[in-house]
Amino acid sequence: MTRVLIVDDHRLFRSGVRAELGDSIQVVGEAEDVETAVKAIAELQPDVVLLDVHMPGGGGQEVLRRVLGSGSQVRFLALSVSDAAEDVIGVIRGGARGYVTKNISGRELTDAIRRVAEGDAVFSPRLAGFVLDAFASSEAPSIDPELDSLTQREREVLRLIARGYAYKEIAKELFISVKTVETHVSSVLRKLQLSNRHELSRWATARRLV
Amino acid sequence: MADQKTLAEPGGDAPYRRMTRPMEGRLLGGVAQGIAAQLKLDPVVIRLMFVLLSVAGGLGAVAYAVLWMIAPREPYEGAPPPRDWSQLAAFSAIGVALLAFGWLTGASKGGIGMLPFAVGGIGALILWQQADPERRKGWVSGATKSIRGNRVRTLLGVTLVVIGAIGFLAAEGELADAQPGLLFTGVVVGGLTVIAAPWLAGLWKELQLERRERIRQEERAEVAAMVHDSVLHTLTLIQRVAHDPREVVRLARAQERDLRNWLYQPAQDADATLAAAVRRIAAEEEDAHGVAIEVVCVGDMDIDPGGRLAAMLKASRQAMVNAAKYSGSPTISVYAEVEGDEATIFVKDRGKGFDLDAVPLDRMGIRESIIGRMERHGGTARVRTEPGEGTEVMLTMKIAKD
Repeated sequence: MTRVLIVDDHRLFRSGVRAELGDSIQVVGEAEDVETAVKAIAELQPDVVLLDVHMPGGGGQEVLRRVLGSGSQVRFLALSVSDAAEDVIGVIRGGARGYVTKNISGRELTDAIRRVAEGDAVFSPRLAGFVLDAFASSEAPSIDPELDSLTQREREVLRLIARGYAYKEIAKELFISVKTVETHVSSVLRKLQLSNRHELSRWATARRLV
Repeated sequence: MADQKTLAEPGGDAPYRRMTRPMEGRLLGGVAQGIAAQLKLDPVVIRLMFVLLSVAGGLGAVAYAVLWMIAPREPYEGAPPPRDWSQLAAFSAIGVALLAFGWLTGASKGGIGMLPFAVGGIGALILWQQADPERRKGWVSGATKSIRGNRVRTLLGVTLVVIGAIGFLAAEGELADAQPGLLFTGVVVGGLTVIAAPWLAGLWKELQLERRERIRQEERAEVAAMVHDSVLHTLTLIQRVAHDPREVVRLARAQERDLRNWLYQPAQDADATLAAAVRRIAAEEEDAHGVAIEVVCVGDMDIDPGGRLAAMLKASRQAMVNAAKYSGSPTISVYAEVEGDEATIFVKDRGKGFDLDAVPLDRMGIRESIIGRMERHGGTARVRTEPGEGTEVMLTMKIAKD
């Protein structure tokens, strides 16, 4: 059974998520800000942390920085109402293994948690769109070609995610296994986190609108 | 991971700021500390300078008082921290000792000769402190600007008048007699300047503050208007139609979209670019049919004058309408992509799907409004569907760049 910690500053939302999650998931605790989250993660050692992006005390990125900075292997799934590119790319580069918006259904969320617990990445259609946009058409010379560009296959997978395909449907469409789809997505996540691409930050900053 | 930093805290370089008086660590008013911070010196040096100048002719005390009045206090939250009285006593002791020393040796009899320096010094300090960083830079760089032109003209005028007056007096042989009077006139004018300057400066500062406050209030009014016109309105409507879950969802969804657009999307002209147009169409159909339409756009291009993209948009609207009306799917995914000169729009639902071959010829929705329309404008449309498998409409259009 997957052990989950819910970190969100809205009590109503926490109880809503708790009620929606399926039987295969055990909610071991809740936290409402950066301090309590860091403490709870250290104490409870959950498999997956559902992390809100906007919170008092520095937000999800601060939790990521403090927990992952201390060498913890806990996996994070970011959960937010925000659609801002900066937030999305920000938490992913901060170390979260996925990003979903809060209007996700309980079944999809359960699925996403399971995926993250297994070490895979979870991309929402919007995140896939952001990544495609950020990695698109670069004329600037890249520092590390392996990290700084997406392969044709990765691009195809992302495009299908953006079109609203589930992993299973993507596998069927591309005649590959679901496992291979997961591998591609994880590889994109790695590039997203490690690439020093100039455009990536410039793009995200340019999209900052608030 | 240099990138990450940029993402987290972009635009880090602090602007050149005006002198402020810090609350923490102040001895009297925080003036010396403020100056020290501005000049990147040790506050002790500045404090000693003030003490020395106060003893020698009182200039230090005057300058301190003036700066205390005109320099803004640094924002500080909570109760003001206590002063370090022992240090203050030490500086006072140094001052008293110096004063006694000067009085005993008679070295402090600077007399009226010190006054012009005092006046000039204080004036310069006030000007320097009051000036905006931009203006200060302007003074230092010595570039010729329109303001500068004005100043030069004033200076030239004053110089000419003074030379003329001196010349006149000299010619009349009365220069020697007028000298003390002139000196005192100068001192009085200087004194008035010193007295009035802080007041004028304060007035100016107040005006600026007021302006900032007004801007803030306007912003708040805009947010309030937004919340009132849309959010409150929607909440009221939701309460009134609480018996109809479908309508509640529709209202909530429309409000969410509005708020999101307001928060995260740039103000875009929906008639100007493809992505903006797709977003608008999706919003309109979502509203009309009460089905959530998720839009993802990658890349963008201007709407072509030839009407090809307009046709494509119409086809995409029809696809959305079909999905919302007939598929039974709770959500519809729309993906618009521009790559090079090719635009693609996908409309996908997870509804019941249908048998394409069984669609009667007279069903205009798919054959005419989608496939026919795209082909007439030089594009392609593919419909992929199977009963129980949902439907996906793929529209492709090439737009030659001129």
